[in-house]
Amino acid sequence: MSEAVLDSGATEAQGTQGLVDDWSRDKQVFGVPWGKAMMWIFLLSDTFIFSCFLVGYMMVRISTTDPWPVPSEVFALTLFGTSIPLVLIAIMTFILITSSGTMALAVNMGYRKDRKKTFWLMVATAALGASFVGMQAFEWTKLISEGVRPWGNPFGAAQFGSSFFMITGFHGLHVSAGVIYLLVIAFRVKNGFYEKHGGNYEIVEITGLYWHFVDLVWVFIFAFFYLW
Amino acid sequence: MSYVAYADRDHEQEHHDPDTFITKYIWSQDHKVIAIQYGLTAIFVGLIALGLSAMMRLQLGFPDDFAFINPENYYQFITMHGMIMVIYLLTALFLGGFGNYLIPLMCGSRDMVFPFMNMLSYWVYLLSVIILIASFFVPGGSTGAGWTLYPPQAISPGTPGIDLGILMMLASLAVFIVAFTMGGLNYVTTVLQARCKGMTLMRLPLSVWGIFIATILGLLAFPALLVSAIMMLFDKTLHTSFFMPAISSMGIDPGYTGGSPILFQHLFWFFGHPEVYIVALPAFGIVSDLISTHARKNIFGYRMMVWAIIMIGGLSFIVWAHHMYVSGMNPYFGFFFATTTLIIAVPTAIKVYNWVLTLWEGNIHLRVPMLFSIGFIFTFIHGGLTGLFLGNVTIDLPLSDTYFVVAHFHMVMGVSPVLVVFGAIYHWWPKITGRMYNETLGKWHFWMTFLGTYAIYLPMHYLGFAGVPRRYFAMGNTDFLPDSAQDLNAAITMSALFVAATQILFFVNMIWSLKKGPKSDPNPWDATTLEWQTPDHPPKHGNWGHHLPEVHRWAYDYSVPGYKDDFIPQNVPADAAPAGREHDGDQ
Repeated sequence: MSEAVLDSGATEAQGTQGLVDDWSRDKQVFGVPWGKAMMWIFLLSDTFIFSCFLVGYMMVRISTTDPWPVPSEVFALTLFGTSIPLVLIAIMTFILITSSGTMALAVNMGYRKDRKKTFWLMVATAALGASFVGMQAFEWTKLISEGVRPWGNPFGAAQFGSSFFMITGFHGLHVSAGVIYLLVIAFRVKNGFYEKHGGNYEIVEITGLYWHFVDLVWVFIFAFFYLW
Repeated sequence: MSYVAYADRDHEQEHHDPDTFITKYIWSQDHKVIAIQYGLTAIFVGLIALGLSAMMRLQLGFPDDFAFINPENYYQFITMHGMIMVIYLLTALFLGGFGNYLIPLMCGSRDMVFPFMNMLSYWVYLLSVIILIASFFVPGGSTGAGWTLYPPQAISPGTPGIDLGILMMLASLAVFIVAFTMGGLNYVTTVLQARCKGMTLMRLPLSVWGIFIATILGLLAFPALLVSAIMMLFDKTLHTSFFMPAISSMGIDPGYTGGSPILFQHLFWFFGHPEVYIVALPAFGIVSDLISTHARKNIFGYRMMVWAIIMIGGLSFIVWAHHMYVSGMNPYFGFFFATTTLIIAVPTAIKVYNWVLTLWEGNIHLRVPMLFSIGFIFTFIHGGLTGLFLGNVTIDLPLSDTYFVVAHFHMVMGVSPVLVVFGAIYHWWPKITGRMYNETLGKWHFWMTFLGTYAIYLPMHYLGFAGVPRRYFAMGNTDFLPDSAQDLNAAITMSALFVAATQILFFVNMIWSLKKGPKSDPNPWDATTLEWQTPDHPPKHGNWGHHLPEVHRWAYDYSVPGYKDDFIPQNVPADAAPAGREHDGDQ
């Protein structure tokens, strides 16, 4: 923590006043790089976007008069002659959570300034992310071939398709943007870009924050859309 | 975890001064240039919106006299006027304009923390403005759905501009939100992480507090608008049914089923109510500084003012459904939202009392910025009091669709913030341009604007009580309204045209000042805040020359007993001047 500067002779206050003084101290509120603070604030804002999407989805699910399709049947996949509910989603979720693991390792290696390992772990994270998007594309294709459209579907309420494409699409865009972001940062780490700029690798952690957030959002989408 | 603060790493940064015309004035990453770009663009679209309101008033005051205004145009004028004024003018001007200019200077930083993204923010904002203006010229014209864009009518046949107009409106809003997010992240992070040595949050000028909290509100409220815009775009283009119930439109079944128009209202007002405070809080903050500076007195109850801003910001997220009383809701919800709405009156009243108490026994200099500030207190109290009526469900129901509401929100979030905008421009003009304006012309501008706006909006309250409905193109044969209502409407129109014409004085003054105005003193108002203490006047790129300033006191050391001047700038060391009243700021 940076030292508190109160040069007009004030003593350190106790209780609530002390809390306020501590939070409002000079220069900076949080002992973190500004980029990290900015990413947290952006993620807070993005949380509100996804919350609005999910609340909107729940509201139309309640308001529609047609029956809601049963997710475990719609999202079932026939493998080896048996229909397994939600199997693709389970694999996708597993992949995304694994990618959070490799990302966490990358952050650690970044702080150890092990550029090679950081690079490869970030590339692995990006690859897992890309395969998630690929499987999502497969899921979309399958549903579209079964007749699911944003304006209607053979299984029940029209809002099922609308919400599905909108929410998973918006999340998929986040993952795709994250893959690009990860690759850009990974190659900069590899090229020694950050060696020329002070040699700190906070940016890997900042990228990681975004990635974990996208992962966390997926958990909510999984719970509210697929499991409900 | 310890981390070396941004301000302490100043010597590590390289400062490249932009040298070509393009990097200096067009693709500039300097917060001051971006602020001016934001400001000029916002004022430009504001003038378009002003023109639209003049056309609406022509129709209302003299129905059927103007053949070029038909009902479709009228609704397009209403919609674009509202949308431009609220979002593209006031939000952009307060946060993109004043926020950009004042935050780094008042916090003692060289620039925003991420200047490139700040520049991008302006250019994306400009793109949203271009899309917005282009929508006037597409087939079918701009949307006429009303600035709230309520479905189903916003995208149903019969409403003007349902082809391209509404699409471009929604797209423009989405682009604006992207621009705002890029700028807003910068403003918030700069205030949090990039203040200079000694600048604690509780020493920040209230202008920065107002802009800071308003930006946080924006970052949390605009997502709801973005989501509703995306969903409505899908309803329109992909024929989804998020907001569209099964309806028959002009005898045709458009094929929608099971959507919820009320969902849109909730999303819209979850954005829309904080939006009121996104416009109001910067005005509160700026007016506090103006009053304190020109009354030569410390702001009364500084800490209370800060907490009031924070409280208003927090409360603004739990009152949104008071815009929806007429839509119908469970009486318990109505009770809840009426209660929270009326609670907002407490911190707001604290602020008003503190402004008045700051003026009390102050050494008041009735210069132009001070006139506008005092004018603001009048119009704001006025608009606030009518808010108490409308916050109650039972009183709101009969008044909601009348001119009473028009009068209320124009007083509270139209006239009041605009008066502060003018006051702030007059106040910081010498810092921005290095020149003074004509004081007499400024005073004429104030009196004509202030009295003129009262002549517009005061009679509207009566019209509202009499039952004149809002949003109507013409009243027609309405038996319950006396003929004199129409006379009043004509008088309002005359006042509105007068006020609109008066604004020429402002532009004449400013252009004259730019060309022939006398050079101003670096600190013409003897103000304490950091932006007046820059080594260069007007401040150059990087703001502070070689060394960042150091702050030793709060922003309000005016008329401190026992000191040679009646003000002590924030960067005067503690041993060179008395300590002032910072530590009894809780009075």
